Parts: sequence; C-alpha cells; structure tokens
Amino acid sequence: MIKQTTYLSHSYGKPNSWTLSAYESAGGYRGVRKALALTREGVIEEAKKAHVRGRGGAGFDCGTKWSFMPKESKKPHYLVVNADEGEPGTFKDRSIMEMNPHSLIEGCIIGCYGIGAHACYIYVRDELHLSKARLWGAIREAKAKGYLGNNPFGKDYPVELYVHSGAGAYICGEETALLNSLEGRRGEPRLKPPFPAQYGAFGCPSTVNNVETLAIMASAFDMGCDEFSKLSELHPFNDGGARLFGVSGHVNRPGIYEAAVGLTLRELIYDLGGGVLQGRSILGVIPGGSSCPVHLPDELPTLPPDPRYDAYRGKSILDIPLGVDTFRSAGSMLGTCCAMVLSDAVDPVLALHNVMRFYRHESCGQCTPCREGCGWIERILNKVVEGKATIDELDRVHEIASNITGNTICAFGDGAAQPALAFIKRYRKHFEDYIVNGGKSQTRRLTV
Amino acid sequence: MAFALSAEAEQKLNEIMARYPNKMAACIPALHLCQEANDNWVSDDVIEFVAQRLELGTAHVKGVVTFYTLFNQKRPGKHQLWVCHTLSCAMRGAEDILHHCEKRLGVHVGGTSPDGKVTLRTAECLAACGTAPVIQVDKTYYENLSIADVDRILDGLVKGA
Ligand SMILES: Cc1cc2nc3c(=O)[nH]c(=O)nc-3n(C[C@H](O)[C@H](O)[C@H](O)COP(=O)(O)O)c2cc1C
Ligand code: SF4
Ligand code: FES
Repeated sequence: MIKQTTYLSHSYGKPNSWTLSAYESAGGYRGVRKALALTREGVIEEAKKAHVRGRGGAGFDCGTKWSFMPKESKKPHYLVVNADEGEPGTFKDRSIMEMNPHSLIEGCIIGCYGIGAHACYIYVRDELHLSKARLWGAIREAKAKGYLGNNPFGKDYPVELYVHSGAGAYICGEETALLNSLEGRRGEPRLKPPFPAQYGAFGCPSTVNNVETLAIMASAFDMGCDEFSKLSELHPFNDGGARLFGVSGHVNRPGIYEAAVGLTLRELIYDLGGGVLQGRSILGVIPGGSSCPVHLPDELPTLPPDPRYDAYRGKSILDIPLGVDTFRSAGSMLGTCCAMVLSDAVDPVLALHNVMRFYRHESCGQCTPCREGCGWIERILNKVVEGKATIDELDRVHEIASNITGNTICAFGDGAAQPALAFIKRYRKHFEDYIVNGGKSQTRRLTV
Repeated sequence: MAFALSAEAEQKLNEIMARYPNKMAACIPALHLCQEANDNWVSDDVIEFVAQRLELGTAHVKGVVTFYTLFNQKRPGKHQLWVCHTLSCAMRGAEDILHHCEKRLGVHVGGTSPDGKVTLRTAECLAACGTAPVIQVDKTYYENLSIADVDRILDGLVKGA
C-alpha cells in the first residue's frame, strides 16, 4: 500500500525552500533539540529504535553503526557525510542538498553528538556545484543563529561542519576511498579491517553516513524514533520509517517520490511514476542503481521459510515491498531505491554494454580481477555489438564476472559483476541473436 | 612562468587549509582553486605550487591529479560541456544529443571546437537521472533536454565572447 510522506520532500519545488526560515516554519530543527537533551548513549539507543537502514546502498542500520564508535578515546572523532552520489540511476541526495539542505545540517549535528564528533565533513562530488553552494549557505545561516559553533542550541558541545569537494571519480562513493580522497590522496579503497569506526578519517574513529540517512534522522528524532520506524510496512524486518524513492528511464513521470518503507516497484512505476512510456510493457527493472541485478517483470522469487514473508509468497518481484532484507532474500538488492525502468523498446544488449562501459571507466585499478575483468567484459561486449563475438566468448563473460565476485578489495567488483551476470542470464537469447545474426538485432536502440 | 595565486585566492586557500587537521587534506580543494585560476587546467607549475604550499611531494600531487577526471592535464576550451551518457540518460536520448553536439561543434568527444570555445566531453551519471537527458556546461546543469534546447545552449556558447 502506498503511504506517501513528506518528511524530506515537503519543501521540494517551493520558493526559497533551502533557507533556514522556510525550514523552521515547516517544523525544522526540533529533532536536534530533542537529541541534544539526551546523553550521548541516549541518542544512540533512540537512534536504534528508528531502524533507519543506511540509504547509501548497503542498508546497514544507522543507530547500530553509530554505536560502533569508541566510547572513550584520546583521538578526535569525525562524522563524514557521503554526498558523492554517482551510482547510475541514483539522484535522491542531490534533491535533499539542493532543496532541503537544513535537514542534512540538522542530521549532522545529531550524528556528531551521537558519535562523539565535533567536526563533520560533507564530501560532495564536484559536479554538484549548486548543492555545495546551498550547503555552505545553510551552514552560514545555522552558524549565525548559533545552531553550529561552540554552543549549538545552547548546549556546551561544539560542532563544526565543512563542505569538501571531490574531483570526479565514482569510486570515491565507496566509504574508504572517500576517506582517502578526503585526506588528499588518490581515491583508492582501503582494505578492511580496520573499519572506519576504529581508523577512519585522518587515522581517527569516523562514521561515514549517506546524506539521506542523516537527513531523515532529524525527522525520526522529532517524531520519536520508535513511532517513526512504525511508519514502515517493514517494521517487523527492522527496516523502518520513510525514504526517498526515485524512478528514471522509460516512465511517464520520472522523479523522486517520498513514501513509507514498504512501497513496491509496481507502485513506484505505475502509481507514482505514471506508468511506462507510450503504454509499453516492461522489459526489465533495475531496483536501486546499476550495481543491482536487472529483473524481469514477471519474475517470481523464492522467499525464505520465515513466516514474515508469507504475505509476499507467490508474488512477482514488482509486488514485494522494497526493503533491505526483503530484496536480499528475493535474490536481488535494494541499493539506493532509485529504480531504472527499461521498456520493451530497449535492447538489453546495448543496455548492458552501456553499464559495463561505466564500470570499466570507473574501476580504480587496484585489484587485478576488477581492473582486467571489467575491461575484458567491455571488450567482449564491444565484439557482441559489432557482431564479431562467439558464443564461447559470451560464456566467458560469465566466467570473468564470477571471478571478480568476492575477490576484490571493495564492493565495486561485485557491483560490476552483478549486472553482467543478471543481464546475460535473463536476456541470453538477445545476446545469442546478436552473435548468430552478425550484430543485427530487432531494435538496436535504447530509446523509445 | 611560475604559477601564483591572486591575493584574494591566497586568502581562500588559507581558509580552506584551516578546515582540516593537516595540510594534505587541502590537496583537492587547493587543486580546484588553482585550476580555476589557471584557465581550467593543472599545469606542472600548478602541481609544483600546490606541492610547495601543502608541503607535499610533487609526485603525490601529480598522483592525485591523474586519478580524478575533473583535473585537466591539458588546457580545455573556454567552456566545458559534458553530456551524460550513462543508462538513464541513454534511454532518454543522450546519444542523439552527443552526436548533435559533435556535429554542431565540429569535434569528436574529447576535442575542442576549432574556435577554442567549447570542449566536448561525456560524463558518467550526473545524479540527475530523473530529469534525463542532462548536460553540464561549466558549473551549470541543463536538464530534460530536447535537441532544440541543446541548440539554444550551443548558440549562447558559440556567440558568447
Ligand atoms: C563502488 C561504491 C560506490 C558507492 N557510492 C556511494 C555513494 O555515492 N553514496 C553513498 O552514500 N554511498 C555509496 N556507497 C556506499 C558506501 O560505501 C557506504 O556504505 C555508505 O556511504 C554508508 O552510509 P549509510 O550507512 O548511511 O548508507 C558506495 C559503495 C560502493 C562499493
Ligand atoms: S574492486 Fe575495483 S574499484 Fe574496488 S578497490 Fe578493487 S580495483 Fe578498485
Ligand atoms: S544517467 Fe545521466 S544523470 Fe544519471
């Protein structure tokens, strides 16, 4: 059932929505006051009740992540905001930064207090110049009001926020690459452990959170985290609250929609997104960024025996509520909750070709399976498209992708292998047709 | 000729450096600042300058410059135009826009128009997929584009001083 909400998006499209006065007249900066009235431990206990699963893609529980930060340490702690939004198909964080930046500022103050940090860096990809300007503007306004600085809201707990700029590299969205980049190095992911909570920014305990994760925490604290969690149909799965859903590609009304967790892809595509362009049918849906597998619209996933899944048994992937665990159990991945819709006008061979070009371009090159594997897959797909590949080579893509999975420093490798495996599994006939017909396909295009 | 910043930009650099617990962390913001002051590219002199100011080895700074796509190692045209060609944009006509730009500007991707005004590039997902297709010109996004929109934007760039 669709339960549209407006915690983050109430201001979208309204004039001056990014200003402090607009934010406060809509009830902003109440959650942080409630948080600062608690002890640090109290903030973490409360945050856990929100069951906010990380909105950056991995879906780790936010309160639990905050609890990993050392209780006492001589080193300073840092909060680092991941605003590197670059996963193909994903465009939700930008909307927060441009249209509701104070929600992020508020979430950052709560986060800093919860993890024992006095400084927070917001790492924004360089291209988002408007986002950076709006964030700096919001920081200045909040500082002038005394919401940031030495005594936020009168509390003796100094908090400073800074905007930091990337320089064009998708891999810097991976949290340890982001930390290296923040430190002024090449954005290459680090081996884990140690995890950021032990050894993060500048060798100090750090928490990396996505923009939306922090922004929604402000609303959760305002409402009461337990009550906030229960907005979600997936509260029984500890996947709480409301979130932003995006839909792009071949739908009539692409964009960002906010709703309680538990929305389905069918609702997102047809009810919110206005259905498929020209009344076409769906060839495939990628649920949350290009690192997720593509799905056929009539796919029937096998769900675990757990009774919590009983309500969804026998349903198509389009009718299973979008949640971290529900999608993982269904053999998929939730990712960023920004779905890409491929109508039947799309040639899936060209779609995968496009996706794999992206991964080949963005691999940081540290791990041989990822660096070479992404290159090989792209070259084989080049040959497929040119009509010069063999069935043998198509099978080799499967082998190469399988060899990347699990054999790399960071999750980029898995993210690159997954689309290759999923596309070829589900549209194998299209790939074979290209090979058999010397590069001729029925559509040979991506547009309607 | 050695590279130097204006007094105003020096002030900015000092502000940037004050944000971080060490000097190295200012590397990327400092490179952005200098690149902008150097006709949008990072020359060897710029690398030398940043290395000295941040007390880093030039090899470190060079390593950073070469890692990130938005540091130009060659002087670009007066304007830089990026066409996003990742999947959501591609499904909404990015290839047509790219070809149109190539034709109108008389260059291939990566090149600069003969009048030196526009360098044409492709971009990977610009976080604007819901308003695809998208291009970025210098620091500005243009979204929901038709070919006619692109023509208007190009007219502005080509006619502009
Ligand atoms: C290749 C790669 C790219 C990523 N890009 C982003 C990104 O752009 N934004 C983001 O928030 N998380 C991104 N992540 C996930 C982060 O590593 C990290 O899990 C996240 O920032 C944690 O925040 P959260 O717990 O609040 O979701 C990426 C991960 C990988 C492996
Ligand atoms: S998996 Fe790929 S992106 Fe990640 S560290 Fe290895 S080479 Fe770099
Ligand atoms: S694919 Fe072009 S902005 Fe995302």
